[in-house]
Amino acid sequence: MKIVQLSIFVENREGRLADIMSILAGAKINIRALSLADTKDFGVLRMIVDTPEKAIEALKAKEIVVKTTDIIAVEVEDQPGGLAKVLKVFKDSKINIEYMYAFVEKNNSNAVMVFRVENPDEAVKKIKGVKILSAEDVYKL
Amino acid sequence: MFYHKEESISREELNRLQSERLIKTVKHVYDNVPFYKKKFDSAGIKPSDIKGVEDLAKLPFTTKGDLRDNYPYGLFAVPMKDLVRIHASSGTTGKMTVVGYTQTDISTWSELIARCIVMAGGTKDDIIHNAYGYGLFTGGLGVHYGAEKLGATVIPVSGGNSQRQIKIMQDFGSTILTCTPSYALNLAETRKEMGVDLKDIKLKAGIFGAEPWSENMRRDIEKLWGIDAIDIYGLSEIMGPGVACECLEKKGLHVFEDHFIPEIINPETGRQVPHGQKGELVFTTITKEGIPLIRYRTRDITRMIPEKCKCGRTSTRMERLSGRTDDMLIIRGVNVFPSEIEMVIMSVEGVEPHYQIVVDRAEHGLDTMEVQVEVNEKLFSDEIKVLENLEKKIQKEIESVLGIGVSVKLVEPKSIARSEGKAKRIVDKRKL
Repeated sequence: MKIVQLSIFVENREGRLADIMSILAGAKINIRALSLADTKDFGVLRMIVDTPEKAIEALKAKEIVVKTTDIIAVEVEDQPGGLAKVLKVFKDSKINIEYMYAFVEKNNSNAVMVFRVENPDEAVKKIKGVKILSAEDVYKL
Repeated sequence: MFYHKEESISREELNRLQSERLIKTVKHVYDNVPFYKKKFDSAGIKPSDIKGVEDLAKLPFTTKGDLRDNYPYGLFAVPMKDLVRIHASSGTTGKMTVVGYTQTDISTWSELIARCIVMAGGTKDDIIHNAYGYGLFTGGLGVHYGAEKLGATVIPVSGGNSQRQIKIMQDFGSTILTCTPSYALNLAETRKEMGVDLKDIKLKAGIFGAEPWSENMRRDIEKLWGIDAIDIYGLSEIMGPGVACECLEKKGLHVFEDHFIPEIINPETGRQVPHGQKGELVFTTITKEGIPLIRYRTRDITRMIPEKCKCGRTSTRMERLSGRTDDMLIIRGVNVFPSEIEMVIMSVEGVEPHYQIVVDRAEHGLDTMEVQVEVNEKLFSDEIKVLENLEKKIQKEIESVLGIGVSVKLVEPKSIARSEGKAKRIVDKRKL
């Protein structure tokens, strides 16, 4: 139940994000979730999109450096303590989180979070008591 | 006031002296350096063909490549037992340019530096604050021995630690500063920051070199320090600093022609240009023992000033350098060849050498060098720390090769401007 995430190298200069988004817009890609990690000189834009292959093709055609990374998407109750509960499950299963971010849309009444962990396959097996979403679920959001 | 009588001898006398010394040097290298014997033989030149300065153009050139091909000691003309010192500077392909000095060479060099100090208005009563780096670089030790030869007092402070430099200047009563011009500006800034009053500083002159600078920088340095700022020129292959130096007229650098014969050539044809025209500066050493060089191509571009100098010295003067015929950069006094940086980048796994070197000079400060490297799919990682480690790795490797600090920045593919498909390697933003 791994989900493909796109990671894009973005130079820290004005207009770059807009350029990348317009490439995706041109290819009619819909973004389901995104986060931007930044340093002094550059950033890494991470995204879950509805059609990853199409997005990669469009980006590569414009010489954008893009890589795919497997992530897992987890349902989180949209109420105080919801995320804490999920993170406790990760902690108890001794799974280290590299980074995480949230989806724009909810799944039913629950929020959805993206988690990057070292070994997603193992994490999927270990994690009990939280709902891990499939790629189909996510792209539909 | 001159340090040595030979600074004001007549052109005829100088010509005779140069001829005599050139004949001796040509014989010395032919007999003792297999490289020169081979080179002269294949050019069909015998030492006896050289009867005076007028025959200089018959001799073949020597290049930095020749020094590299004969690394490290191949062009030395005396056995190691006769050498007392080695210096080295960076070269084009990671191989250093190595030079050796006999006791006589050190003595000659010291005398030339002593002349330079006198040209800047110095005497044996002066306290020389020597902030050139001590080490393989010729600046530090070259100036040091010259100051001692003059009988001045030298403070071997070397480079770095600017606050301590100002404290020493203030407490020890330094009167002449020797360093790179950009460091002189940097120190001026430090003095201001420390709130040290100019009247508590005794500096009266500065002898600055080892990197290109301009009349604007001179004005700034003179104003900020209240001193005379003098330009000194040299290169380790020929001797080190003290091949040429300005007098207080500040109208070009007097070449010490009793030790080095300058020529200006057209870098394409190799022919001498008419007197007063611009071209590549070429030197023949005529008193050096350790590593005498015949018609060494400096790759520096300048012209000779035909008019006589008001100071009374009869030596010819060269103009401030106006450029290079190769892509060598001088950053904080250190010679940097882009090829060296390229080798480092290539050695870091997966990095294609699409890079650009951006050199700039901070407003009252030192040169900065940023190496931009284009990221490709092989290099890219989703993890920030992997990318940051890559930057650090390239940075450390370059720093260890060049010996100066750089910053490394990862940039997007194709973001480095290309002309005819080839990336522009160097962007020099320094306004000199």
